[in-house]
Amino acid sequence: MSPDSNVPQIEFESVTKSYGTGRLVLQSIDLKILKGEFVSVIGPSGCGKSTVLKLISGLTPPSAGTIRVDGMTPENARETISFIFQDATLLPWRTVIENVGLGLELERVATKRRNEKVASLLQLVGLGDVATAYPRELSGGMKMRASIARALATSPRLLLMDEPFAALDEMTRDRLNEEVLRLRAEQQWTAVFVTHSVAEAVFLSTRIIVLAPHPGRVHAVLPIDLPFPRTAELRELPEFEELVGHASHVLREALTQ
Amino acid sequence: MKQRLTTVANALAVFVALLIVWQLVLWIFRVPRYMLPSPWAVATAFVRRFPSLLMSTAITAQESLGGLLASIIVGVLIALIFAQSRWVRKMLYPYTILLQTVPIIAITPLIINWVGPGSAAVTLIALIISLAPVVANTTQGLISVDENFVHLFLMHNASPAQRLFKLRLPHAVPSLFVGIRIASGLAVIGAITGELFAGSSQVGVGGLGYSIFYASSQMQTDYLFALVLAATVLGFGFFFIVMFLEWYFLHKWHESARVPETE
Repeated sequence: MSPDSNVPQIEFESVTKSYGTGRLVLQSIDLKILKGEFVSVIGPSGCGKSTVLKLISGLTPPSAGTIRVDGMTPENARETISFIFQDATLLPWRTVIENVGLGLELERVATKRRNEKVASLLQLVGLGDVATAYPRELSGGMKMRASIARALATSPRLLLMDEPFAALDEMTRDRLNEEVLRLRAEQQWTAVFVTHSVAEAVFLSTRIIVLAPHPGRVHAVLPIDLPFPRTAELRELPEFEELVGHASHVLREALTQ
Repeated sequence: MKQRLTTVANALAVFVALLIVWQLVLWIFRVPRYMLPSPWAVATAFVRRFPSLLMSTAITAQESLGGLLASIIVGVLIALIFAQSRWVRKMLYPYTILLQTVPIIAITPLIINWVGPGSAAVTLIALIISLAPVVANTTQGLISVDENFVHLFLMHNASPAQRLFKLRLPHAVPSLFVGIRIASGLAVIGAITGELFAGSSQVGVGGLGYSIFYASSQMQTDYLFALVLAATVLGFGFFFIVMFLEWYFLHKWHESARVPETE
């Protein structure tokens, strides 16, 4: 699937964000993310990567500039957005099935429809067998799968992910990367993905945005023209290695600039 | 299982050793009976006066339980108010510390003055003395919700009521139980202390504190010991019931409530 080249999902117009008095986090960011794109945001720590996601979701307002999501203000667009946090953020007193259904429950979707939706999602992410387990009985990877299922339960058009796999071991992370692409191919959402891992960003994205720190600003935008569907074998191809090398180089530039 | 048996055996051994030392002290130093009765005399008093002992314990148990339940209800309500804003907490928190520091003996005459002597006064005293830990721990539980959870709820446009009942309150339950565990001990102590002064609205019938006061004035030291024993058992009983409830409600999901595995 290729990005729809005309319809913008997210637009930033000279967006600036500072916290309190004077601590400038992001400076005049211009950004256009199209429907169907998978955009990763990378950059050294302190460049405001996570703040970008908070601005898109309306969890924090910009200090200056305008943000449009689906042509609406971020707050009004919330129904179309799901957020996946760095830790799985599962409510420990709820079973997997109750956690995955949380979004639908809060949005007051009828129990019957909710249960059907949750059951099918648990199958989709491979958690059918642990539906009635509590989060503390799950491995890190399974928790993250539950978190992904919860995010997808509300049928989002836009998925925001804040370093979701940072705490996982490399093998689990690779597996989940492949699954995220599989789910996206089926469900066709747009994604903005914050990560520390250049290889992960290259593997997942149609485009990588490299931020420079102090204050956060766009340093470079790298298109990743690898064909979909992408599978595990892609990681062994020389083109992939080359793109990872190039992106790492640009990231180092951003840091030393 | 074997480990648990050893623990019980150890505790029993210490108990028997204590009884022997107690009896030896009586023989060697020739302590008069009104100062320190023999273990046998205490046991006899315990059995002979068992009905009145049971009655006193029941009265104290009822007052302690009433005070504890009231302090849980009132404490959670206050905590909900405290959880609304930092400003409210700053303004009102000093008064909960006041609750904790006011000498209960000093306000007992006032309470008797207002509600009269008897169970109502004692229950009120148990409530006052056990309130602070419930308020402090529940407030902490309500306000210490991880920011990401709040964001998650906001992303789904959760109403304030949904955030309270589906996020903050369940999150506060483990802390609430910490508060209740402390409060349960205090409620029993509060009830017995209260009974020393406000124990009875009817001569001769009262809880453990009242009977302790009465037995001491009559120099019935053997019965006094039996009453102290009953008070200790009552305190233990409260503690274990709270521990059990805590385990029952939390063991499925909360780490602290899990029984350590012995394999």
